[in-house]
Amino acid sequence: MPDTLLEVRDLRIQFPTNDGLVKAVDGVSFTLDRGATLGIVGESGSGKSVTSLGIMGLHQGTNAQITGSIQLDGEELVGAPSSRVRELRGSKMAMIFQDPLSAMHPYYTVGAQIAEAYLVHNQVDRKTARKHAVDMLGRVGIPQPAARVDDYPHQFSGGMRQRAMIAMALSCDPELLIADEPTTALDVTVQAQILDLIWDLQQEYHSAVIIITHDLGVVAELSDDILVMYAGRTAEYGKAEDVFDRPGHPYTWGLLASMPRIDEARLERLLPISGTPPSLIRVPSGCPFHPRCRYAGLTDGRSQTEVPNLREVEPGHLVACHLTADQRRTARAEQLLGDVGTPAVQTRQGDV
Amino acid sequence: MSTPVSTAGTSGTSSGAGDGLLEVSGLMKYFPVTRGVIFRQKIGAVQAVDKVDFSVPAGRTLGLVGESGCGKTTTGRLLTRLLEPTGGRIMFEGRDITHLSMGKMRPLRRDIQMIFQDPYSSLNPRHTVGGIVGAPLRLQKVKTEKGIKATVQELLELVGLNPEHYNRYPHEFSGGQRQRIGIARTLALRPKLIVADEPVSALDVSIQAQVINLLEDLQSELGLTYVVIAHDLSVVRHISDQVAVMYLGKIVELAGRDQLYAKPRHPYTVALMSAVPVPEPVRVEGRRGRRERIRLAGDVPSPLNPPAACRFHTRCWKAQEVCRTQEPPLAELVSGHKVACHFPENTDAVP
Repeated sequence: MPDTLLEVRDLRIQFPTNDGLVKAVDGVSFTLDRGATLGIVGESGSGKSVTSLGIMGLHQGTNAQITGSIQLDGEELVGAPSSRVRELRGSKMAMIFQDPLSAMHPYYTVGAQIAEAYLVHNQVDRKTARKHAVDMLGRVGIPQPAARVDDYPHQFSGGMRQRAMIAMALSCDPELLIADEPTTALDVTVQAQILDLIWDLQQEYHSAVIIITHDLGVVAELSDDILVMYAGRTAEYGKAEDVFDRPGHPYTWGLLASMPRIDEARLERLLPISGTPPSLIRVPSGCPFHPRCRYAGLTDGRSQTEVPNLREVEPGHLVACHLTADQRRTARAEQLLGDVGTPAVQTRQGDV
Repeated sequence: MSTPVSTAGTSGTSSGAGDGLLEVSGLMKYFPVTRGVIFRQKIGAVQAVDKVDFSVPAGRTLGLVGESGCGKTTTGRLLTRLLEPTGGRIMFEGRDITHLSMGKMRPLRRDIQMIFQDPYSSLNPRHTVGGIVGAPLRLQKVKTEKGIKATVQELLELVGLNPEHYNRYPHEFSGGQRQRIGIARTLALRPKLIVADEPVSALDVSIQAQVINLLEDLQSELGLTYVVIAHDLSVVRHISDQVAVMYLGKIVELAGRDQLYAKPRHPYTVALMSAVPVPEPVRVEGRRGRRERIRLAGDVPSPLNPPAACRFHTRCWKAQEVCRTQEPPLAELVSGHKVACHFPENTDAVP
């Protein structure tokens, strides 16, 4: 029986700056069940990391303006007192960061850093906490955990450091685990080990996982649901197999077409998305993707003026795009055949 | 080992050993590890690159792929002579450039250029785009027909940037645009050989494809020869004609792109390929499932003290006694496909 652990409704996170208001997250909604995995995909500046930091309550002390609702197990986190969020952070929700070398303190041993959260959230003495740290290191597959617990982060390899970070995040048995680009800094064979580890631990602890990445391959490996973000908004949201088998948003098509694939025949030419991601201060009017979209011309100017709402294209599969079902089908068929006609912007003049 | 000297300007159709634009044989780089401050003692050496052989025909692309610490970047820096080789030989257009002095190397720098990984740290933030792209022309004192400014503007146009941005600074550009500025600088002297070290790994997915396409266009327009160093197997497959897989300072497999990806023979290559995540969810009875893959245990051993004989034997699932005692040579199994392994995969017939 699915039971919802996390419900995010119309989340908006904005940062006032001297240059204007940065709308880093602009109306994002999703739900996550216990034991399920949500993959959030997007390019740099799409708001995926800001969303995760917002859930963890890590925008405190910045000038971020957060509105909307984040409910963790029925408890509202937006506007909750920081002392309460602090209690939850580490015990009920935890995070794995991208770069374990900069996320760990170089002056403290790995064991001390893992034991710290356990000491804070549980009434135990140091000895028990240390024993727990050794257990956790063993659990995440570090050989000879009893000996390595007193090592410093620099004595660990990249993959081991990421394992130690996972041990740290899981030390209080959190119900929600957020992994922000957990494997981006790692080699492929180590990446495969870490993805396996996250998978196995999730089966064991039955925790809900949010995995944030720009790598569509990584999300496909782990996710039940997928949320594609663009310029702080949701472009597409649905079950992983629906989004990969029948992607509905031209941006998702672009992402899929622009990455070379090892499992399929080699294409003579990649089909990049023209242009660059927009500035979050001056988000394009209407659909934020329209300046880069090949099909924006088909919508009689609505792309330029009207923000597309998320619409259901099939049960449980939402797409924010003005194209009609017929237009989308034709456009997608063209895309797949590689017959994309004249691109809206000359590909050579990719940027600017 | 004989290395035939070929005439300069080899045609692009040539292949095989002995007639490449770039010929590398037995290339080695050991970094000494020392102890003590006043009385420095050499206590060992990091064998970053250990007896590597390959050749790149003119107009073609060689991909060097491997995980961090395999020596691919060091190899690139040896080719461009940013590092001094410990041993071996590098022949460029039939000329031995292995130990050329700085002064003798300088004119050759026109022909051999490099593209760097990080477009943020490889451009000086205090120089304008015009200054950055024009610098090689000034340094080499190249006289240009229309002056440096016009030439730079042509280069900017060639890489898909607006020539009017001549006076802007790097911070005004996005990551993809900065990488284009770096490429324009690389092209300024019309090099023959370009060593590109992770040219797209710092870029967003949609921008990666733009830069890959740009590199391919430039190759066909200008007849460039590339050595592309990357860790991303799918990118290497897309861009290369020949691919060399490196592990702990050695080439373990070297083959044509299609051959290598269709039938990888070295167990390491097989494991590497199976580790690449594929953007296609696996479903088992309606629930998400896991892809079957070869899992390598542990980490890459230290290059300070690499395993004896076959360097991969500590992590290989096929390793036997012979792998621990005898080093497998990089041998041509099938025509154009070299593998250094006692028990290669994907062999059609049992020998």
